[in-house]
Order: sequence, then C-alpha cells, then structure tokens
Amino acid sequence: MATIKFEQVSKSFGDNTIIKNVDLTIQDGSFTVLVGPSGCGKTTLLRMIAGIGPQSSGRILIDGKDVTEMPPGQRGVAMVFQNYAIYPTMSVAENIEFGLKNNKVPKEERQSIVQEVAKKVGLEQLLHRQPSTLSGGQRQRVALARAMSKNPKVFLMDEPLSNLDAKLRTAMRVELIELHKKLKTTFVYVTHDQVEAMSMADTIILMNEGKIMQEASPEEIYRNPENLFTARFIGSPAMNTVEIAGEGTIGFRPEAVMLEKAGQPDMFAIKGRVSTREMLGKEILYSVKDSRENTYMVSMPSEEDKGCRVNDEVYLNVPAERLYFFDREGYRIGPRQNWLSDFLCRG
Amino acid sequence: MGEKTNRWWNYFGYAAKLLVVFIFVFPFLWMFSVSLQNNDEITAIPITLIPSIPQWGNYVEAFTSGPFLQYLGNSVIIIVSIIVIQMAVMIPAAYGFAKYEFKGKNFLFGLVMLAFMTPVQLTFLPIYNMMSKAGLMDTLLPQILPSMTNAFGIFLLRQYFMQIPDELIESAKLDHAGSLKIILKLMLPMSKPALTSIILFSFVGHWNDYFWPLVMTASEKVRPLTIGVSMLKNTEGASSWNLIMAGNMILVLPILIVYCFCSKYIVSSFTYSGIK
Repeated sequence: MATIKFEQVSKSFGDNTIIKNVDLTIQDGSFTVLVGPSGCGKTTLLRMIAGIGPQSSGRILIDGKDVTEMPPGQRGVAMVFQNYAIYPTMSVAENIEFGLKNNKVPKEERQSIVQEVAKKVGLEQLLHRQPSTLSGGQRQRVALARAMSKNPKVFLMDEPLSNLDAKLRTAMRVELIELHKKLKTTFVYVTHDQVEAMSMADTIILMNEGKIMQEASPEEIYRNPENLFTARFIGSPAMNTVEIAGEGTIGFRPEAVMLEKAGQPDMFAIKGRVSTREMLGKEILYSVKDSRENTYMVSMPSEEDKGCRVNDEVYLNVPAERLYFFDREGYRIGPRQNWLSDFLCRG
Repeated sequence: MGEKTNRWWNYFGYAAKLLVVFIFVFPFLWMFSVSLQNNDEITAIPITLIPSIPQWGNYVEAFTSGPFLQYLGNSVIIIVSIIVIQMAVMIPAAYGFAKYEFKGKNFLFGLVMLAFMTPVQLTFLPIYNMMSKAGLMDTLLPQILPSMTNAFGIFLLRQYFMQIPDELIESAKLDHAGSLKIILKLMLPMSKPALTSIILFSFVGHWNDYFWPLVMTASEKVRPLTIGVSMLKNTEGASSWNLIMAGNMILVLPILIVYCFCSKYIVSSFTYSGIK
C-alpha cells in the first residue's frame, strides 16, 4: 500500500527534456493509468518510480519516503514489462523465485509463495517449463506472477497487453481489474490505448509532450475535458472539431450528433454529404464531408439509424448543450453564443 | 533437360565438397598414418598410406624421448591459467562496453580493437624485455601474463551482450540483483555459445602456440608441448618423422576431443538470431 508523489520532477536526455516539472500524486490503492501518444513521457514517468531511469531533478516519494537514492530492488515496487522480460534460461518457477532468492527469503517460504502465486494466475501446471515453450498469454502470466511474488507496495505495468491478440487482451483486462480488486495495492499502468485506459482506470493521467494534460476519473475526463488535446484524445471515434477563425474551436462528440435530412431549429447544424458508412453491429459509424472537405464522424446505435446512404446529403444536428468550447490556446471555456451564428439553423 | 543439368550440378557440388574435405582431412590422416609407420616405410617411394604393421611403439618412444610429462603439465597449467584469467577480465569488460554509458567508452573500446589488430611480432621484443627485467624468464609467467586479455573475446562477447534486451537487466535490478549476479545468473547462461567458442579459440590458439614460447623460454622446465614436439627432430635426427608425427598426434588429440564436445555451440554462436 503506497501513495506515490512527484515533486517538480524533470527528466532530460542530453538537451532533450522529456518531462517538465511534473507535480503529481498517485493515490494509495488506486488503479492509475498513464495514457498519451507515443513519446509523451508516460513510460519515462513509470521508470522513474521503478528507479531504472532516475529523474534529472525533483523528488519522488513512495509512502512519504524520498526514494531518489534508493536502488530499484529496495523500493517495494514490481514491474511488468511490455515484452515481459522473462529470464529465458530459467524455468517458470525459477523466474518467479529469482527475486525472492535475492531477497534471502528461506527456501520453504519461497516454494509456498511460488505455489500460491502460480495458482492465482493459473500457472500451476507450467512451473517446470522453459519460457521458450510458452505462449504469449502464458508468458504474460509468468511476468504477473513474478511481480506478485514479491508482494510489492506498487505494481508498475508498461503496456503489458500490447503483445497479445485482441481476444486475449480483453480477457486479461478483466483479469487485471479483478487482480487489483483482490490485492488492493497501487497499480500504475502505462498504455497508449485510450480504450484500455477508460476501461481499467479509476484515475486517468493524460500526458502530452512531457506535461500532464488532465488527471481525472474516466467519466470526468470524457465528459469534462479541460482542453482540446484531452477532448480529441479521449473517446473513440475522436471528438469532431470546427475551428472558428481567430476565436477558438468548437467540439462535439460523434455520438452527440443527430444525422438528419434537414437542419433542426436552434441546433448547431452542419450540412454535408455521407462519404462512408460502417456497420459495426451495435452501432453505425458515418463519416460526413462538408463543402470545405472537412470530415466529421458520427456514431449512432444501430436501432436509431435512419438508413442514410453514401452520397446522401445530410445535416449534422447537435444540441447546443452538447457543444464544447475551447479558446485559442486550446483551454476549455464556457459557451460562446456569438461563435454559433453561422451554424444555427433557423428552421 | 533442366532436371538432368540439375542432377549434374548436384554431382559436381558433392565432388567439390569432397575435394574440400579431402584437402582438410588428408594431412591429419597422413600424420596419423606416418605416426604408425616404421623407419623404412616413411622414406619408401611410392609413399606408404597404410602401414603394414602399426608401430604403436612410436608413441611410447616419442613420449619417453624427453620430459614430455613436464611439457604436457606446463601446457595444461598455461592454458588453464590463461583461460581463467581471460574470463575474469573479458566478461566484466564486455558487459561494461555493452550495457553501461560512461565517458571515453568509444575511445577505450577503440584501444581494445587496436590491441586486437596489433600483431605479436610487434610486441614480443618489448614484452621480452619487460619480463626479463622483472626476472620472470625462468617461470611460466611470460607465457601467461601477456595473454591475460583477449581483445577478440571482449569484442565478440560485447556484441552478444548487446543483443540481450535491457529490460531483462532492469527486471533483474527490480528483483534486487546486483551487477555480479546479473552477469552470472543472466548474461552468462544466455551467452553460452559465444563463451564456448571464445574459450575454444583461445584454447586452440594458445595450445598450438609455437612462436611465443620459443621466444620466451630457455629451459626445459618451462617449455610447453609444442616446443617439446619440435625438439623430437633434434634428439633423433631429421629423419625420424614417425616419432615427430606421433608427438604431433599427442599434441592435437586434446583439441579434437574438446571440439567434439563443443561443435554444437560454436556453430550456434555465429548464427545467433535474438532472444525469443
């Protein structure tokens, strides 16, 4: 159990500053997901917690204790790497045992821990196998078991599911959420996939270019993005945006749009032509192009579909209360009636 | 038609391979044959390929014509010392060059490469002087100390270590393992093929070394097997080739035995293709 605190932490490689003065608190027992585009510094942040890529300046505290000078093995953290980093010359049991051995845990206790964690992740039958004989999912479990065996205060995970196929990934996602519930320790999870972030996190930290763009619960970050970057990054398909020359940007989510043959009175409306239609089962995705060749995404539940076809002329109607407004710097601001004059349909 | 040409090409290929094998193997077979011939057979024309009565006594005679046991002992001590010391120097050096960032790394590695490329003919005189000034000439040390480092080994092992992902080392650090443990428990078991071939090359090179011990030794007490075998020529006159070849057989036998055990690793060290 541990709270992790970053105080004015920066990290540079040569002249290149990756992390700029980050202040951040990761709550004890939370499932925190660091998400952002590649190169945003999320993995760097994770490695700093682990102690395998120390910060250039600032302090990191785990449980109130400054760990800056503490070697990785003493921090009480365990990490699951993207490629699992399983020791290829050791059997599954030896992999799990390695950390315990180094920490001088007596043999009998070691063996019972190995049995216990192997059971938790379903590896009991594979303990004597060599890693090269395991499937991707099984290796993933070995990495998890190895992390669990140390009974860490903090679990760090660096895109642990990205090497699995889609079906297994969904299953492992559920397992990780359950594991977190069972262990009740702090999980810090790095991913570039916002769907993964939304589905697993109780707190999402969205990063871009070494800065934290927003830190909030999945609901909050989806409903109330604080800036244009967050609005565009979270949500699938991404939020549609319309630039208002010299003023800022208006945004609306694909699922907020009503796709109709005519403009609705007093609604924000854009006229366009359907360019593609994707039937995804429970929902239908349209992409619509306006006269200036801007593309907008529209998604709607299959049962509400009005049967628009490719090349149909349509109106995208959005209720005013579902519009987001951002200023020129990309910060969220309150509604601006005057921006809408060109888009309001008077019936 | 096409099939027929193909078949002829195949025959040609086999013939070419057999020829290459013959070129390499024949000298050894002949050496073995001569080592079992009597004095008449070695000078007979046409040459004798299969001795009428194998003269196993040649081996006994070769072995007892000088202090061969002493030579053999010297060779073993020299080889084992060289390999142990080389490992102790080479492994940490290769690990450092592969996995650490430090100032002057490229310059230092350049020095290692320079040592790799410098011929012994350039260094033997200054080293001889050094050894003789230090009063070590009548010991085995002049045959051991100059070979403490193995530049080729450092180079090859570094390449091998570089292919091992950093995540494994980081994971081991999180598992509370220090550098020594990381090297012993992770890096070395994963580098077995490379290590084996480095050891074997070093073994063959130093076991067969003739020039260096010839320069660095003056008394029988410190001479290795290679010099001992060459001295068979002087003790029995230039014509006793059967004894010389028997001596040579004794000399190459350990290498053949070691090679039989390690050939699998040697091939795989040069076909390494990443870690699954």
